[in-house]
Amino acid sequence: MLQVHELHFRYKNTAVLTDVRIELNKGEILSIVGPNGAGKTTLLKCIVRIFKPDAGRVLINGIETGNMRRIDLAKCVGYVPQSSPSKFPIAVFDAVLMGRRPYVTWKPSKKDLQIVADLLKVMGLEEFALRDFDQLSGGQKQKVLLARAFAQDTDILLLDEPTSNLDLKHQLEVMEMISRMVKEKGAGAILAVHDLNLASRFSDTIVMLNAGKIFCKGRPRDVMTAENIRAVYGVEVTINQDNGTPYILPIRTVEQAEVISD
Amino acid sequence: MQDICEQYKGLAGRKLCFIIVFVALLLGMSLVALSLGASSLGFRESFAALFDDSGTAHAIVWKLRLPRIIMAILVGCGLGFAGTVFQAILKNPLASPYTLGIASGAGFGAVIAIVFCAGFHTQYLVAGSAFFFALVSSFLILGISRLKGCTTETMILAGIAIMFLFSALSSLLQYMGTMEQVHEIVFWFFGSLSKVGWKEIALAAVMVCLPCPILIRLSWDLNLLSAGDESAKALGVNVERIRITGIVLASLITAGVICFTGVIGFIGLVAPHITRMIIGGDHRFLLPASGLVGGAVVLTADTVGRTLWSPQVIPVGIVTSFIGVPFFLYLLMKKRKEYW
Repeated sequence: MLQVHELHFRYKNTAVLTDVRIELNKGEILSIVGPNGAGKTTLLKCIVRIFKPDAGRVLINGIETGNMRRIDLAKCVGYVPQSSPSKFPIAVFDAVLMGRRPYVTWKPSKKDLQIVADLLKVMGLEEFALRDFDQLSGGQKQKVLLARAFAQDTDILLLDEPTSNLDLKHQLEVMEMISRMVKEKGAGAILAVHDLNLASRFSDTIVMLNAGKIFCKGRPRDVMTAENIRAVYGVEVTINQDNGTPYILPIRTVEQAEVISD
Repeated sequence: MQDICEQYKGLAGRKLCFIIVFVALLLGMSLVALSLGASSLGFRESFAALFDDSGTAHAIVWKLRLPRIIMAILVGCGLGFAGTVFQAILKNPLASPYTLGIASGAGFGAVIAIVFCAGFHTQYLVAGSAFFFALVSSFLILGISRLKGCTTETMILAGIAIMFLFSALSSLLQYMGTMEQVHEIVFWFFGSLSKVGWKEIALAAVMVCLPCPILIRLSWDLNLLSAGDESAKALGVNVERIRITGIVLASLITAGVICFTGVIGFIGLVAPHITRMIIGGDHRFLLPASGLVGGAVVLTADTVGRTLWSPQVIPVGIVTSFIGVPFFLYLLMKKRKEYW
């Protein structure tokens, strides 16, 4: 349902993304991994047209996003940023209600309010509904942003490091929520992730980016090999296969390994 | 536990109540203000004089007191409203109708009219010139941000630069002007409601009342801006367009009121904050409510200013700050510590 064709993006004079091709199918979770600065976030932002790609096309169900109105695109693609700055106080309920913006011009309907209320309940945010967003913990904030994207009711979800600031339990909770929502709705999700183990466990496809180019892509166990990780991250790892899910254990950086072998 | 939906609706209902109560309060304050003044005209007499079209009481009420009251409310409403819009689109709590150099633009316009048309300048010439230059400064900002991208930082920094430019130009003209001219200029900068008649009120009312509904319609988008430009874009908001529309309309409101009254600075900064502390940040309620709070504060200030040392009248711009600052600081201290 989502295709990225030969996408190029330059920031000033530096190529950030070069010839990126991705395909996302219904019911699929695709994770983008890669070192800092590889272009993960930029790729997500190009898909949702926060950035305008210099060349290449992004197609959603065959329609090119460049030709869509922003509000129509917002009905197809939801985006969860890494963090959300909040300059002015805002209630959690209102923060989630913003997800209904593509469907509401002025007054949210009963249905909109009900959707938000149900989401807050499901995600265990009920008791914070009328609290200030800024007073929440990192994990709760992340859930609120996720709830906002769910409220947007899109078939495609883009998530920028949804688990980066979370403790172990919240990480799993958030990933399980995304996974459930994708499977139940037949939606598709693209995640930018740092945690290779979390990515391997929850994704159907992994795309490994290095310096703006796709280094390799495929099923987790084909992508997560010691050679690939060594080449892209410069880190030596050992990989245990646990029921077909690769488990990555970092050993040392390649530089350190060379010092030792000298 | 009570249904969240009901709770949320209850909260929205309370916000609406606040607005309705404040409208009533403002009407009540106007009646009180109507009965206060240099001439000893009591509550009943002034109220009766409203409808009795003969005698001095009628003249005092209709020519002196009522225009001041209505203009005070208009100015307060306009500046409170515009201030909320500027804070939302610039995402900056320090933003006010004057942040983009609008006040110094208007000031420069007034100074030009006073100095160069010495002797034959009318009030309208001063007002027209102030209005024109207020808009010039906001269009300069828009031009700069079109070239450089509509980020809040560009706009604020460009605004401050423009502000200094116009202040310097005003100072230069004052330096060249005569004593009487300088006196008039200084008086203009105080902000005053003394020279306001019905024609000015009609013009200012148009400038305030036309843009407001459009801005209220955009309140959802203004709400979304506070979630960050990127989130707002991903939720379907055309961020650049909102920012430009907001600035143009809010500048029109600001220019429309201050060109007649001079600089009444503090209210546009503070009315939005006071209101936000009371009813929260949802612009659907915040916009009209800040207008009402602004109107109430300026009306109070003007009424105090003309009764305190009556028949001496203290310019409203000065009293506004004297009343607004302590009230604002009180709220700031009382409110939980992390307001931002």
